Amino acid sequence: MRYLYYPGCSLKSTGKSYEESLLAVFKALKMDVVEINDWNCCGATAYMAVDETKAFAIAARNLALAEEQFNKEEEIHVIAPCSACYMVLLKTKMFLEQNLAEKGRIKNALKESGLNYEGKVKIRHPLDVLVNDIGVKEIAKAVTHPLKGVKVASYYGCQTVRPYSTFDDQREPHTMDDITAAIGAESVDWPLKTRCCGASLTGTIDRVGLPLSFMILKEASKRRADVVSTSCPLCQFNLECYQDNMNKQFRNDIHIGVVYFSQLMGLALGIDPKTLGMNRLFVPPENVYKIMKGGEKVYV
Amino acid sequence: MDTTIDVKSFAPNGKQNGYNGKAKMINRKIKYESELSSDFKETIAELAHGEKLYGCIQCGTCSATCPVSHYMDYTPRKIIQMVREGFRDDVLKSSTVWLCASCYSCTVECPKGIKITDVMYALKREAISAGYFPKRFPTPVLAENFFAQVLNNGRNSEGPLLMKMYMKTNPFNALKNTMLAFRLWKTGRLTLKTEHTKDRKSLKKLLGSIDKQKEALAK
Repeated sequence: MRYLYYPGCSLKSTGKSYEESLLAVFKALKMDVVEINDWNCCGATAYMAVDETKAFAIAARNLALAEEQFNKEEEIHVIAPCSACYMVLLKTKMFLEQNLAEKGRIKNALKESGLNYEGKVKIRHPLDVLVNDIGVKEIAKAVTHPLKGVKVASYYGCQTVRPYSTFDDQREPHTMDDITAAIGAESVDWPLKTRCCGASLTGTIDRVGLPLSFMILKEASKRRADVVSTSCPLCQFNLECYQDNMNKQFRNDIHIGVVYFSQLMGLALGIDPKTLGMNRLFVPPENVYKIMKGGEKVYV
Repeated sequence: MDTTIDVKSFAPNGKQNGYNGKAKMINRKIKYESELSSDFKETIAELAHGEKLYGCIQCGTCSATCPVSHYMDYTPRKIIQMVREGFRDDVLKSSTVWLCASCYSCTVECPKGIKITDVMYALKREAISAGYFPKRFPTPVLAENFFAQVLNNGRNSEGPLLMKMYMKTNPFNALKNTMLAFRLWKTGRLTLKTEHTKDRKSLKKLLGSIDKQKEALAK
C-alpha cells in the first residue's frame, strides 16, 4: 500500500528528528511513503481560536491536495505524525461530514483555488499504521539490535488518542507499548500516559505549564524508566528542552532522555543514531546507549 | 451598573454599632436578571455547533479531569453554568478560556457528551471578537500572530512566531529563553527563516473566497 505523508510545521523545525527517524524507519520496513506536494499548515489549536471556517478550510486544503496527488486510488491514507496535525485533520474530516452548509462553503472556496475535495482521505497516525497495517510481528522480525533491558515509559500525550482517534484506547492506550515490546524493550506501567504536558502553556505561561511537564518526568523517573518515548513534537519539546528550567524551579535533578518512539525503533532496526536525529537531542538517553553497548545502567 | 454600596451611608456619625469609621465597601454577590445577557447561551451553542451544553448535569467531571482547572478563575463546570445563565462578560473576561490547553480530557469524560473543548474554542472566538482579552496575556497574542503568519505564508515558522509573541507580551521572557533558543539553533531545530508554501496565491484565494461567502451570508 502507498501512503501519503503530511509532516506539518513542527516536523520541519523543532521536531526535525521525528521526521528523520520516522522516514528512516518507514524505509527500513520497506514502506512506500510520499510527502504531500506543497502542503500548508493545519492550523493547529491557535487557528481554531480565531476563525473556525477558515481553520477548517486551510486544513481541508491539505486533504484536497492529497486527493489530487493520489487521484487514481480508491482510498487515500495520509500519515500525520504530529498529534495536533493528526487531530485537526481528523476533526476537519468529521466536521465536513456533519456540517453540510459549511462543507458547501469550503468546497466552493477550494474550487476557486483550483482544488476539489471528495472525502476519500483517511487520516492515520504512524502508531496506527505501524501496529495495524505493518504489524508488530513484522517489526519484531526486522529488529537487529533488540533493546533488551531498556525500560521505556510510553507517553502518548493528549491529541494522539483523544478525542477523535479510534485506533487505540482513549484512557489506556497500548500501541506504543506494543511497539516497545516488539523491539525487545520493556514498558513501564504508569498512570500518566495521556496526561497533558501543558502544550503551548509551557512556553507561554510557564508557571502553569512547567509543573504539568515536571509531573510527567518525575513520575517516569520514579518508576525507573530509562527513557520517555513520545509521539508528539510538542510533548517531546516540552519534556526535554525545559528540563533545566524545571530543575531550577522545582529544585530537582531530573535528567531523563525524551525521544520519539520512532528513534527507539530505529536504534533497534540497526539504523545509525545520526540518521535518526539523535544528535539533535538536548538530553541524550545515556542509559539506552549504555545498555546497547552491553554496559551497566547508571541512575542519576 | 455600580453594584457596590458605601457602608458610610448606613452610619451617619461614623461610630454607630461598632463601626470604626473606615469606609468599607460591600459588594452585591448576585446579579440581577436585567444584568444578564439572555441570548448568550444561544450564541455559544451556535458557535459550538450544538445545544448539548444545555443538558449539563453539573457533575464536575470536567473540572476534576482538567489538568489546569486549579489555575482558572472559574472551573469548566462553572463556566458551563455561567454560559447557560447568561454571565456573558464574566465568562469572556475570565482566564479560564485562555488557560484551556485543548487536551480534550473533559470532552472524552463528559457523561452528557458535551464537547467542552469546542465550547472553550467558541468562547475564545467570542472573546477575541468582543475585544475582551487581557492585552499582555500570551495565548491570544500567540493565536493572532499564528493566524497572520499562516494567512501570509501558508506555514508556521516557530522561530519568528515565538520572537513576535515574546516581544508583544513580555520581552524579559525572551531574554530568559535566549539560551534555549541558542541550543535549539545549534542542534538545527530552530531557524529565524520564514517557512512558506510555494503556491501562496492558492491559499489566499481560498481564504478570500471564505470571506466573500461570509459577507454574502451576512447580507
